[in-house]
Amino acid sequence: METTKEIQTLKIKNLHVEVEGKEILHGITLDFESGNVHAIMGPNGSGKSTLANAIMGHPKYKITKGKILFNGQDITNYSVKERADLGLFLSFQYPAEVAGVTISNFLREAINTKREREGQEKLSVIDSYKLLKEKMELLDMDPKFRTRDLNSGFSGGEKKRSEMLQLLLLKPVFAILDETDSGLDVDGIKAVAKAIHIARKDSPMGIILITHYEHFMRELSPDKVTVLCNGKIIQQGSKELAKKIQEKGFNQFVNEQSNN
Amino acid sequence: MSNSSNKKSKGKEHKSKTINVDINRDIYDTADDHSPKFIANPGINEQIVRLISNTKQEPEWMLNIRLKAFKLFQKTAIPTWGPDLSELDLNKIIYFIDPNATETNSWDQVPDEIKETFEKLGIPEAEKKALAGVGAQYDSGMVYHNLQKKLKDQGVIFENMDVAIHKYPDLVKKHFMTSCIPVNDHKFVMLHAAVWSGGTFIYIPKNIKVDLPLQAYFRMNGKQGGQFEHTLIIVDEGAELHYIEGCSSPRYQQSSLHAGCVEIFVKEGATMRYTSIENWSRNVYNLNTKRALVNRNAKMIWTNGNMGSQKTMLYPCSILIGENAHSESLGIAFAGNEQDQDTGSKVIHAASNTTSIIKAKSISKDGGISSYRGLVKVTPNAKNIKSNVQCDALLLDDKSVSKTFPAMSINSPTSRVGHEASVSKVSEEQLFYLQSRGLSEEQAIKVIVGGFISPIVKALPLEYAIELNKLIELEVEGM
Ligand SMILES: Nc1ncnc2c1ncn2[C@@H]1O[C@H](COP(=O)(O)OP(=O)(O)O)[C@@H](O)[C@H]1O
Ligand SMILES: [Mg+2]
Repeated sequence: METTKEIQTLKIKNLHVEVEGKEILHGITLDFESGNVHAIMGPNGSGKSTLANAIMGHPKYKITKGKILFNGQDITNYSVKERADLGLFLSFQYPAEVAGVTISNFLREAINTKREREGQEKLSVIDSYKLLKEKMELLDMDPKFRTRDLNSGFSGGEKKRSEMLQLLLLKPVFAILDETDSGLDVDGIKAVAKAIHIARKDSPMGIILITHYEHFMRELSPDKVTVLCNGKIIQQGSKELAKKIQEKGFNQFVNEQSNN
Repeated sequence: MSNSSNKKSKGKEHKSKTINVDINRDIYDTADDHSPKFIANPGINEQIVRLISNTKQEPEWMLNIRLKAFKLFQKTAIPTWGPDLSELDLNKIIYFIDPNATETNSWDQVPDEIKETFEKLGIPEAEKKALAGVGAQYDSGMVYHNLQKKLKDQGVIFENMDVAIHKYPDLVKKHFMTSCIPVNDHKFVMLHAAVWSGGTFIYIPKNIKVDLPLQAYFRMNGKQGGQFEHTLIIVDEGAELHYIEGCSSPRYQQSSLHAGCVEIFVKEGATMRYTSIENWSRNVYNLNTKRALVNRNAKMIWTNGNMGSQKTMLYPCSILIGENAHSESLGIAFAGNEQDQDTGSKVIHAASNTTSIIKAKSISKDGGISSYRGLVKVTPNAKNIKSNVQCDALLLDDKSVSKTFPAMSINSPTSRVGHEASVSKVSEEQLFYLQSRGLSEEQAIKVIVGGFISPIVKALPLEYAIELNKLIELEVEGM
């Protein structure tokens, strides 16, 4: 029951990011809006994950220049938790394993932390189980999966589904999906896309879709596309560019670009 | 205690659960006003030893054990192979405090101050809910004691050790510091034998299976107090028992010493599970000796949680003396700032086809030192024994230390003994991942630590699992 449908914004201004003393992103400027899907493409090593981590506030990814603004508020120096609290979410390309912590216990902790911050009552074990089960069904997940240790020994597809499960439960304002499609089969991609559509009906989430594959793009039909190469933006466009990339396939598209 | 306000606000996070678990360190670390009937002068001499025995109107044989032990104690040096004990001044310890209360089996008759302490700890509720009997030791004397009628009718004995000497002299005399932990075992066993006071005596008759855990809560009070309780448990043939001991104490400036002894006899085909959560305050030296003699087809399961104390030396030991005997030892230790937790487990395979498992987990934080010190020994006559040792350490920061001393002494070629050890650090990636889901850094560390210890915590009954988790969380918060 969203009462305010106001557009929220996330702006990246001239972002320079360094990892272990080496500059990886060389001045990236991007605007994201809630309700939109913005695809970010680019060959391996072009800096997509670096951008995702820098937006989320990973301490290893140092912003040496530029700004990140959330609804006009400068969040460049915010901690990862503060960004999560504002509603930023990263679906990790390689989520960290935490042994001995079950998905259900971890998610109850995460949900209740959010509820407490928002002045809502904490969910009981039973209510949180019900909620978890409902979302797991949306993602075609076996409910027994909740008793597994967080990301420990998960297959590629299981990791990605578990990331999406967290997205559905935490309902962020902006979700960065870092290659959520890789590791998933066609049915997996469909299930994840369906879940995202359902989530976006509840609340107008902004999606930052990092992918190399056309398939996921087709399912989520982006409003905007940005192509990164060597830490710089080399192409940007709206639905038409997205269509062109989808039709030609990303690799062929990149080849054509570099031949020009 | 400069951070007490900080402490309070954090304490609030723990209000959700019930029974015995809603624990704030404030509760533990406050001494109450209870004035003891008798406090001995600091230091130990023959007069004090005699006085203890006299006050308890002990039989001659017990006084003789004490005096013999005291002589041995005087001649024996403090062990130097473990944590540094050079700051422990044995002349500043008070060796006997008699609480201003006589034992009772009704909660209503327990003096208010003591009752308040125990009520804060949740003992009566816990008893009503889940426990078959509760014995609580307040300093050196038992003040509260109860056992469900059904167990009494079955011949189960759950008694204060001081009383047991008079009521069951033959059973006690036969087992007390004879074949399990002999008086001359080591310096602190000698001291213990000389000044021991209170503790628990349990006898489970043949084939009686006690289906609910029995619990005793020990609490040390009184400045510079030493606590030397003696626990003697006999689980007769085919019987089963789960005994749980929880410890906490108020905090004081000067060193306090805890040197308890636990002797367990697991007779043929019997099963004994001994669970203890020891949460002494920061100034306590916890130098404890726990040992079980495990007979044919019998099982001994140790679960130990050690935290709080300044220095701990504790290595629960199973001596497998009958064929097919089995021992399991699960341990969790937490060492924070200026703490040295030297724990582990020993197994002596003295009969064929015996098996043992040791799993030890330690957590170190703020420069704390956790050591695993263990021994697996196989005597030459023991064939086909199997033993597996696994110790894992988790370091919460770069200042903290983990050490491993896994001694093996295997004199039998048919033995299969495995040992694995791991040291891990809370990784930046794990912290980032968990915080990206809205957890604070502290919450994230708690989640990681909780996961690390969960294989051991899962083996505990629910209330204790929750209690241990809460205690570890409080340690993570750093008091
Ligand atoms: N954590 C890291 N440590 C060291 N180098 C990194 C790290 N993350 C990224 N890089 C480097 O930054 C560049 C961009 O990597 P990345 O952002 O992962 O690209 P993409 O996600 O587009 O494949 C690569 O050269 C990579 O080696
Ligand atoms: Mg990447």
